[in-house]
Amino acid sequence: MPEKRIHLGSGRITPFNLVSGVIIVLGLMITVIRYTGGLAAVTRLSDYNPWGIWIGFDLLVGVALAAGGYVTSAAVYVFGLKRYHSAVRPAVLTGFLGYALVVAALTYDVGRGWRLPYPFLVQQGTTSVLFEVAACVALYLTVLFLEFSPAALEWLGLKRARNLAVKMTMVLTIFGVILSTLHQSSLGSLFLIAPSKLHPLWYSPYLPVYFFVSSITAGLSMVIVEGALSGRYLSHKMDPAHLADKDQVALGFAKAAAFILAGYFAIKVMGISVGNHWNLLSTPYGLWFLLELVGFVALPCFLYAIGVRERNLTIIKTAAVWTVLGIVLNRLNVSLVAFNWHLPAGERYFPHWMEIGLSVFLVTVGILVFRFIALRMPIFYEHPEFEENEKHSYSVDR
Amino acid sequence: MDDMFQTLQEFMAHTDGATYLLIIGALIGIGGFWHFLTQRNGDE
Amino acid sequence: MTISRRKFLGWCGVAGLGVARAKPVRSASLQEFAGYPDSLGVLHDTTLCIGCRSCEAACNRVNELPEPAEAFTDLSVFKARRRTSAKTYTVVNRFEAPGSGRKPVFVKKQCNHCLEPACAAACFVGAFQKSKEGPVVYDASVCVGCRYCMIACPFEIPAYEYDNAFTPRVMKCTLCAPRIKDGLLPGCVEACPTEALSFGRRKDLIRMARQRIVSYPDRYVDHIYGEHEMGGTSWLYLSGVPFSHAGMREDLGVTPALAFTSGALSTVPLIASLWPVLLVGIYAVSRRKEKLYETEKASAVEAAMEKTTLKARAELEQALEKARREKDAAIEKEVRKAIKAKSIQPGGEDKDA
Repeated sequence: MPEKRIHLGSGRITPFNLVSGVIIVLGLMITVIRYTGGLAAVTRLSDYNPWGIWIGFDLLVGVALAAGGYVTSAAVYVFGLKRYHSAVRPAVLTGFLGYALVVAALTYDVGRGWRLPYPFLVQQGTTSVLFEVAACVALYLTVLFLEFSPAALEWLGLKRARNLAVKMTMVLTIFGVILSTLHQSSLGSLFLIAPSKLHPLWYSPYLPVYFFVSSITAGLSMVIVEGALSGRYLSHKMDPAHLADKDQVALGFAKAAAFILAGYFAIKVMGISVGNHWNLLSTPYGLWFLLELVGFVALPCFLYAIGVRERNLTIIKTAAVWTVLGIVLNRLNVSLVAFNWHLPAGERYFPHWMEIGLSVFLVTVGILVFRFIALRMPIFYEHPEFEENEKHSYSVDR
Repeated sequence: MDDMFQTLQEFMAHTDGATYLLIIGALIGIGGFWHFLTQRNGDE
Repeated sequence: MTISRRKFLGWCGVAGLGVARAKPVRSASLQEFAGYPDSLGVLHDTTLCIGCRSCEAACNRVNELPEPAEAFTDLSVFKARRRTSAKTYTVVNRFEAPGSGRKPVFVKKQCNHCLEPACAAACFVGAFQKSKEGPVVYDASVCVGCRYCMIACPFEIPAYEYDNAFTPRVMKCTLCAPRIKDGLLPGCVEACPTEALSFGRRKDLIRMARQRIVSYPDRYVDHIYGEHEMGGTSWLYLSGVPFSHAGMREDLGVTPALAFTSGALSTVPLIASLWPVLLVGIYAVSRRKEKLYETEKASAVEAAMEKTTLKARAELEQALEKARREKDAAIEKEVRKAIKAKSIQPGGEDKDA
């Protein structure tokens, strides 16, 4: 068994390294074209469709899927569920990389990327939902960096700085949850300004609540998915405690995800009722909406429940991937599919292959950086010099 | 004073700006108050 | 989520932060904001428009926009419905009137210069400003290029210079703000040969439009488009056909765009203030439980230890007692044995002696 395990070691020619190499080269080419020919050269954005998949996928989906950081650290440090302690570092690292990539994607998408700090430094458009999103994302990226820093400082052997960073854990966690609540929901609020453009089934005064609640399920599911992936490819980096906790984390998070998905399903149905849009459900858009609601909210919720009851990790992992796909579908629906639904087909948006290429490029960069860090820094194991003995004293009867 | 704000936009720009400053104050204040509340017991 | 601003402000009071200082306290509502009193606008009487495209040509000239592919005299452009773009601030579209035999309708499209602009509400650097004179002006020197203004605009007006790699701008009609300052008419109004466009104070234009509807009820639909749409616009329209037949949306409502997001934004201070209280509270409770658990565990251990000690002590004492008793018994036995021996011996001795 051990000799058959695939080690994702860097520096060797493996199919994985080869494919990611090609993607990186392609991404760099797109970068050059973007910054010489402008957005028109690499995107199908138009005056009717100013936001494409770099916003719909890279920003909206990216931020939602990076929610694992705040969800996990809140569970462990605020709610005191210390048996999930081993899941914190991987989740915070993915969160940090996720947000860093979101900002990277934005420098491509906005017209003048170097002006991204303008809303804070030059002139504050305080009436804009986007101002709040920008402020929270900028602050939260900093919080995630600080939350991640102990791992890097342990790796570098900087004891004093590391202990200082660890001391801030509580404050950072609480601040992180506040910031996440605010901007996860505000990403939904962004679309409240255009009721005349978003299909009524997706437009709802509840949009911010939908975005926030679904971000929690996204975060929980991503932790399970990442756990499954790293368990497969990076298990040689895990210490015994981590390996032992892995399944418990998946089970506990699956239970939480199932229950929150049930609540999310309920408020989505309430939304139809509040807007009185029942009659729209039989239209083509209504069927699409039902597909999202039943196929990608109710079904994974049910699947999670089965997995938890049967203590079946395969079912749980399937449900997690399904939920993540549901989040992708929902964010793309709000930002692209149901947005501008009133326009004739000829004016609708469909991404250019280079837009997809850049998104794939950024995801690949994220995976490579994650691998680089996980192979070097204490992410899946406790650094022998910094072991916290409190960790396992709570796993007794909770 | 009555014609200080003639549009909703002006009004909201003013109040939202003030509110953002208050938020910063509230965050620091609540944090500090918690410290004041619990420091004697050494309970964080 | 749907906390009205009135209620929210009522809660906060915002400690007299400018809302009503030295005046009777009054909560703010949408109706209070009437817009800038003497702002200017344009009335577009579509029944007078002949589709000559002179306005388009003039707009192109005064704004120094690039020359279009088709000349402004080319009327074949009406075959397709057009919109504003980065190279065109205004377009005229032709709509076939419902019912045969009626003349087609021509409608000019450009920035409506809203009284409460969605673009200004959406811009996170405040690049859009509604000026007191009426024009909604854009400042490219702060624009980041996020294009949220284009998402927000219900009239689908702002366009973007997508082909510009380094200095792309949002492009839209300025209502010829620089010309107005110089006392000139907007380019399009000046060029219009049929008086389909009238420039003036918005207040007067509304009165004029209403006058026309009253004077010629058969000629006009009884509605001034832009008087209330999305909170009102500086451009106003009269039409002989329902506005939806003239390519204008009648489902926009009268609520300014800003009001759609202000409810959600008003929850930001609530979350920012109450979440720390809630989260620290949860943290404190979980810590307390943890401590309780630990002390309980510790005291249980202590009690158990004490019990064992007592038992051990009792056992020890018992053992000692037993040992002592055994020892005493042994001594007694020996003594008795010795006495017994002695009493025989003397007798024997006596016998022997």
